[in-house]
Amino acid sequence: MGQSAPSAETPVIMLGRQGNRRLVLAADAAARAAGLRVGIPASKAHVLVPNLQSFDLDAAADAASLDRMALWSLRYAPIVAADPPDGLIIDTTGADHLHGGEEAMLEGLVSRMAASGIEARAAVADTWGAAHACARFLARPTFVAPVGEAPAIMRGLPIGALRLPRDIVEGLLTLGFERVGEIEAAPRASLTLRFGAELGRRLDQAMGRRSEPFEPIRSPELIEVRRAFGEPIGAADTIARYTGKLVAALCEALAAKGLGARRLDLLFHRVDNRIEAIRAGTAVPVRDVKRLTRLLSDRIETVDPGFGIEVMTLAATLVEPFASRQIISSLVEEPEPDITDLIDTLANRIGEQRLYRFSPVESDVPERSARRIAATAPDDGTSWPGEWPRPPRLLTHPEPIETMALLPDHPPVWFSWRGIRRRVARADGPERVFGEWWQRDAELIAVRDYFQVEDEAGDRFWIYRAGDGEDPETGSHKWFLHGVFA
Amino acid sequence: MGQPSASPAIAALRERIARLEGGPARNRATLPFGVASIDKVLPGGGLALGALHEVAGGRNGAIDGAAAALFAAGIAARAKGKVLWCVTRQDLFAPALAQAGLLPGRVVYVEAGDEASVLACFEEGLRHGGLGAVVAELARLSMTASRRLQLAAEASGAIGIAIRRWRRQTEATDFGQPTAAVTRWRVTALPSRPLPVPGIGRARWQLELIRVRAGESADFGVEACDDKGRLALFSDLADRSPATHNGPVRAIG
Repeated sequence: MGQSAPSAETPVIMLGRQGNRRLVLAADAAARAAGLRVGIPASKAHVLVPNLQSFDLDAAADAASLDRMALWSLRYAPIVAADPPDGLIIDTTGADHLHGGEEAMLEGLVSRMAASGIEARAAVADTWGAAHACARFLARPTFVAPVGEAPAIMRGLPIGALRLPRDIVEGLLTLGFERVGEIEAAPRASLTLRFGAELGRRLDQAMGRRSEPFEPIRSPELIEVRRAFGEPIGAADTIARYTGKLVAALCEALAAKGLGARRLDLLFHRVDNRIEAIRAGTAVPVRDVKRLTRLLSDRIETVDPGFGIEVMTLAATLVEPFASRQIISSLVEEPEPDITDLIDTLANRIGEQRLYRFSPVESDVPERSARRIAATAPDDGTSWPGEWPRPPRLLTHPEPIETMALLPDHPPVWFSWRGIRRRVARADGPERVFGEWWQRDAELIAVRDYFQVEDEAGDRFWIYRAGDGEDPETGSHKWFLHGVFA
Repeated sequence: MGQPSASPAIAALRERIARLEGGPARNRATLPFGVASIDKVLPGGGLALGALHEVAGGRNGAIDGAAAALFAAGIAARAKGKVLWCVTRQDLFAPALAQAGLLPGRVVYVEAGDEASVLACFEEGLRHGGLGAVVAELARLSMTASRRLQLAAEASGAIGIAIRRWRRQTEATDFGQPTAAVTRWRVTALPSRPLPVPGIGRARWQLELIRVRAGESADFGVEACDDKGRLALFSDLADRSPATHNGPVRAIG
């Protein structure tokens, strides 16, 4: 709505026609706080809340924008669909590790949506039905149901969580049912007789006893190739062979447009209407048949062909212009070998975040002096200043040690770490590291004094004292071991 | 071969064994340490490229793997090309590796999460061919796995270094098990070079070459990697037995 959007304090409702009545179809937080709820007549709402803003609900525009959001969500997983009126469904099987695990993926999803002004809640569960219920009843704003726990969680939720029509829910409430578990425990036959098969179907879908396929959304401008099989295929070799053929066809399509693929989705439509998917990403645009085939074939073993695969679809869901590059043709200069294909292979296997380089940061605080950058980031040739000794192994959390040391600036005479007491034979230091007041106020006067100490056998350690040894304001004066030298 | 053979018969025999061991495509290039007494005992006068090497720390180093990491970093720094460093969980401090000559722009780290993934990434890196050195930190290395790694390294010419690192001191006995690695090293920290003033001098290591294919094992007292990754022998050898610095004792075979 841009400039004309009402402020957050103004109650807003969306109105729509149902039969010959105008009803409230949606209400924002302010409107709900003022006592309005979905389903009351429009005139009553206007009487109850004086400064109410109301808009007509445009169902078609809503559905279109939900579709746009579904297309956007393709960045998270290859199988995505809109779940009208207000949901998105994403099949994250085999895709979560690329986003740092399920929790991290949900956090990222919700915060990205929040950044564009959409208040979202997200949940991961074993089935669509369970995820649908958890997102609406449990997510604050995210929720991850442990694998196999979905039925137990569903049993504790109110019956509204079952995606049933309003009249069935109201009928069940009249009969005294409140929780999903109570319906599950009741005899199925009499409930079906009274409410129809819908109740049992929704219950089974949520509990994972009945499959629930859905048609993934596809954008019309997507570069996609498809192959249908007369006889369903299932053997890994056969799948690999047709993967190669599809990649070759896709690369031709990409070449015609001058594009290279950054992300590929290979979808397997099984005879039982389920869809399995493989997603592979690349660090730079690629149009090399062999390399792309390799990336996809690497993951074929994760695909469960079930009773057979009827259709395979390969789509380049993220493409970039494939720029021609000048290569070194000099006689003396050897070209730098290209390792982006290795990085792609490893990144698709273990996740992009777990593949990185370190880059220097101008900070004297050891744990802040290195930052992780993408493995393919350009090499600027910088390094750390080399005059002070640094240990090859740094403990993530400095461990407290017991020591005996003279204040203010002497190294310890002995120290005891992990139950072993060591006499300090030689020591070097202190190297004083000041707190970085621009990071946190508490570091304004904080000080660490680092010492390199060597015991009688020759083992060398990096220890520090929090504080300057004189002023208690600068630190606790406790000693810590921060790293191990060689 | 390491030292000039006493008779041409033995030389011919060695040549035959070498032919049996590897095909014609076998990469015979080596990376010398630049320390004559170490290069002398290694076949080909240096650490074989296109081969798997094992390094472990002695004493505490079996657990923290600090000296072993620096030793590997020194080798990787002197090798050409990019370096892939696979770990289960990251505790390396990159500035220290940069001090051993391995600049941050050359190393790609892989935090694989578990041993099986480390092995898979290690092999993938060795097989690729565009890397100069691949380093992996492993607790267990079976004969089969090491054979695969060795073959992958032979095909690509990259130098593979397995840093053996265990959770407990008692598990370090695993280092006695045979693997297909070409050399096996143990690096133990020694008291640093004495200085005329209070302080810690350049670090020193006891470098044991426990096993080398077609060569004999030996011990060296070395000064740790400098900023180019080079080792150096002790200047004072007063406390060492004469056998160790006169080269290894000649043995049959």
